[in-house]
Amino acid sequence: MSALSQALWVLLLGSLLGLELIGKVPPTLHTPLMSGANAISGITVLASLTLIQKAGDNQALLLIGALSLGFALFNVVGGFLITDRMLAMFRRKGDN
Amino acid sequence: MSTEYLTDGIDLVAVLLLGLGIKGLSKVRSARGANQLAAVAMGLAVLGLLIQIRPGPMAWLWIAAGTAAGGLAGVITALRVPMTAMPEVVALFNGCGGLASLLVAVGVALFDSEGANMVALVSIAISVFVGAITFTGSIVAMAKLQGWLSTPAWTQSSLRHVVNISLAVAALVGAVLLPGDPSGLPLWLLVISSSLLGVGVTLPIGGADMPVVISLLNSYSGVAAAAAGFVVGSQLLIVAGAMVGAAGLILTQVMCTAMNRSLLSVLFGGALGASAASGGGGAGGETGYSRITSCSPEECAMALEQAERVVFVPGYGLAVAQAQHALRELAKLLENHGVEVSYAIHPVAGRMPGHMNVLLAEADVPYEQLLEMDTINPEFPRTDVVIVLGANDVVNPDAKSDPTSPLYGMPVLEVDQARQVFVVKRSLGAGYSGISNALFERPQTAMVFGDAKAVLNGLLSELRSMGVGKVKVGV
Repeated sequence: MSALSQALWVLLLGSLLGLELIGKVPPTLHTPLMSGANAISGITVLASLTLIQKAGDNQALLLIGALSLGFALFNVVGGFLITDRMLAMFRRKGDN
Repeated sequence: MSTEYLTDGIDLVAVLLLGLGIKGLSKVRSARGANQLAAVAMGLAVLGLLIQIRPGPMAWLWIAAGTAAGGLAGVITALRVPMTAMPEVVALFNGCGGLASLLVAVGVALFDSEGANMVALVSIAISVFVGAITFTGSIVAMAKLQGWLSTPAWTQSSLRHVVNISLAVAALVGAVLLPGDPSGLPLWLLVISSSLLGVGVTLPIGGADMPVVISLLNSYSGVAAAAAGFVVGSQLLIVAGAMVGAAGLILTQVMCTAMNRSLLSVLFGGALGASAASGGGGAGGETGYSRITSCSPEECAMALEQAERVVFVPGYGLAVAQAQHALRELAKLLENHGVEVSYAIHPVAGRMPGHMNVLLAEADVPYEQLLEMDTINPEFPRTDVVIVLGANDVVNPDAKSDPTSPLYGMPVLEVDQARQVFVVKRSLGAGYSGISNALFERPQTAMVFGDAKAVLNGLLSELRSMGVGKVKVGV
């Protein structure tokens, strides 16, 4: 039970932190911020990896784990790269 | 024991960096570094987990396969997709994140649920429910933005509430029965009804509101990740998912405020303008206008040549025509002629807040010339010429003056205050939201029909043949 209450504390504090992190966002950044946060939500990769590890030699579970890892990584890698591509364009003004 | 300290330490650093990353992303100056910081944090989190679980050779094989496929697809998609399709791609990525959480939960339920306690089973149910909604909802959002899906008529009636409530009840039944038989029928009932529910709630929402929906679904995918964290017992996953879920909710609220829409009316109110389209006026939107003045690029060029102050209002039509570069060239030519040029950027210009800034930045438009709505609105009365390029709803004066308009209350660019307005548009078809625009009938407005890029190039050659830009005119 202590593990559960600990996990719930983590959930609670994480949520509060998330609520506080973003206060005012200029409209310019709405799209990149959404895209960046979206990449972070791909952190499910950790669950996918754990699942693959737990699968042992269960081929079906290994396959499900690898599929979910693939989709999660697609989200992470693609999300961070595309956010960077967007933000790189804002940076150019500083060069002039 | 020492590796445990090591991996715990890595996890803590990863959480810290993720938090700093999300925070930094909300400021222009720090945004790019913050994104990279979050990427590093993600790498650390994966590294820490791999050290902790020490996968065997078989596991490594499958990890490599999944990593290669997903990583490669992500790189290719992110680098090759055009900037105009950004909202769709974010929706696609988000949907895949939701699918990943769904798969983890289904995998555990099917094959690893013998020793599972109640907490794990409840987490599985939540993870499946939220993951499935995120997945199908995001895919529908993407398809609607791409124009692959339209809004079916039945989704605008109250029938959709009946359908969606039934699906939600079915999902709830599946979730309640799940602990009794984790790998059996209840699981599939939950998977299928949640997936259909994702479709059912997203399908009725009009394209103009889609950015809000994508942002909300992004928040959901954070919740799904946190639920998956409970399933596999990872605190890092719980905290990161919770952060994204909460931050996504705030961002959704911020976006709703920018568009003057309430979240509830976005979710349950039906497509903006759908009632207007089916009620009065022709469904095609071509009819309903009576006092339209149209003009040729020559006349427009003459007006530009004499103007002292010109404001461009770019919209999604500009982006679709890939005309940002032609616009930049025209603006340069006018500047050399001594004309004061700026761009009016509505908060939701394009298809997502901030989308237009990205597109214009890509065309090297100086950041300082992009003026936000509150800055530019007082300037319109002293503006000689406004050129509206593929924007429609964001310049509709009805939003200010006509309480019966579905747009009423939405902050708009007050271009009707300017001396002369040219609207470059392919046809008189209704805007993205399906609402007719009173601006087109104003006496100072003239329509220039044509593709934005073709019209801009026409203007360029007209102005050049008048000798504009060759000699700098001093005042």
